[in-house]
Amino acid sequence: MTKISNISKLSETFSAGLWKENPVLRLLLGMCPTLAVTAAVKPALTMSVCVIFVLTCSNIVVSLMRNLLKPHLRILMFTLTIATFVTIADLFLKAFMPEMSTKLGPYIPLIIVNCIIIGRAEACASKNGIMISIVDALGMGLGFTIALCTLASVRELLSTGKIFEFIVMPKFFVPWAAMSMPVGAFVTLGLILGLMNVITRKNA
Amino acid sequence: MDTFLVLILSFISIVVVNNLVLTKFLGICPFLGVSGRIDMAFGMGMAVTFVVTLSGTITWMIDHWVLMEWGLEVTRYVCFILVIAGAVQLVEMYLRKFFPTLYESFGIFLPLITTNCAILGLCLFINLWEINSLVEAVVLSFGAGVGFTLAICIMAGIRENLELSDVPAALRGAPITLITAGILTLAFMGFAGMIK
Repeated sequence: MTKISNISKLSETFSAGLWKENPVLRLLLGMCPTLAVTAAVKPALTMSVCVIFVLTCSNIVVSLMRNLLKPHLRILMFTLTIATFVTIADLFLKAFMPEMSTKLGPYIPLIIVNCIIIGRAEACASKNGIMISIVDALGMGLGFTIALCTLASVRELLSTGKIFEFIVMPKFFVPWAAMSMPVGAFVTLGLILGLMNVITRKNA
Repeated sequence: MDTFLVLILSFISIVVVNNLVLTKFLGICPFLGVSGRIDMAFGMGMAVTFVVTLSGTITWMIDHWVLMEWGLEVTRYVCFILVIAGAVQLVEMYLRKFFPTLYESFGIFLPLITTNCAILGLCLFINLWEINSLVEAVVLSFGAGVGFTLAICIMAGIRENLELSDVPAALRGAPITLITAGILTLAFMGFAGMIK
């Protein structure tokens, strides 16, 4: 009986990150990478994978040491843990995907101050066991990926007529150069949030 | 004279041409969160300017005189975030002791600055652009703070007027703020190419 309730709790935690508490679209966390790396799908996907890696690892570590933490030092400990895993991810990218690493530039190290990760460490991992923390990290990470890829595919499609570097638009399509610039990022995200509002209001 | 010109140019470039908020997407969270009223936005801008100047300078010194000397670049991010957290703590303690009224008015903003991406972002950009003189690093850090203040104050001014206007129901709140910010970046794009 307890096993079934465990599983249902895990799946609930997992699905919360996808839609109901989607970190980007609902909680408006982690806006900087969301806006900065979504000019095309490929860097957006790389960024998401890095975030999932860092989020999962830091959630595991924070969950393991949650009983040892002193309250006034916990934010510092979270940040240091995150910084360590971000360094690992950054070195990995530099070694195996140097092109992508230069393209993403400082936005990979900026994962350290991404509010999603520190927020999950504080709200979930420092209070729950290791299983819940892992599942929560995966759910939130996947929610982040979905948001980034939606935004990136809209922007890449309209700014170049391609998705994932495959041409999908007909020949007469005139690319909207503005979509790859900062203005495209802000306006597209604003419109997507507006669309989310319309959908939730219809369902409610 | 030449070095002086370079300093002025890099100051203008970081304030308007490469404005951290509007062209590099750094510090968006406070930009959207605190920009409701002009006086609060200005207070936040001042606090950020102070911390960013301090931490930009200190991280440059640590990076060049300690980490690069001894080949410890791997620990760069950990060091940077420690310096920023330390700088914020220091500013907080100093203000509480010597300027209690100012401390009261900053309130919750001060601790929040630690996780402001504009600050870590600037330290990383100084590293990325390979700035080799301490004075230039100081000027860039200070300029970044001024740029942040400029952007957040303009935004707050627009939002005060936005409250009176008739916005479609679905776009109220965050969506319309983002769209406004997007149009604001268009204005700042006019400066692009002015200075490399």
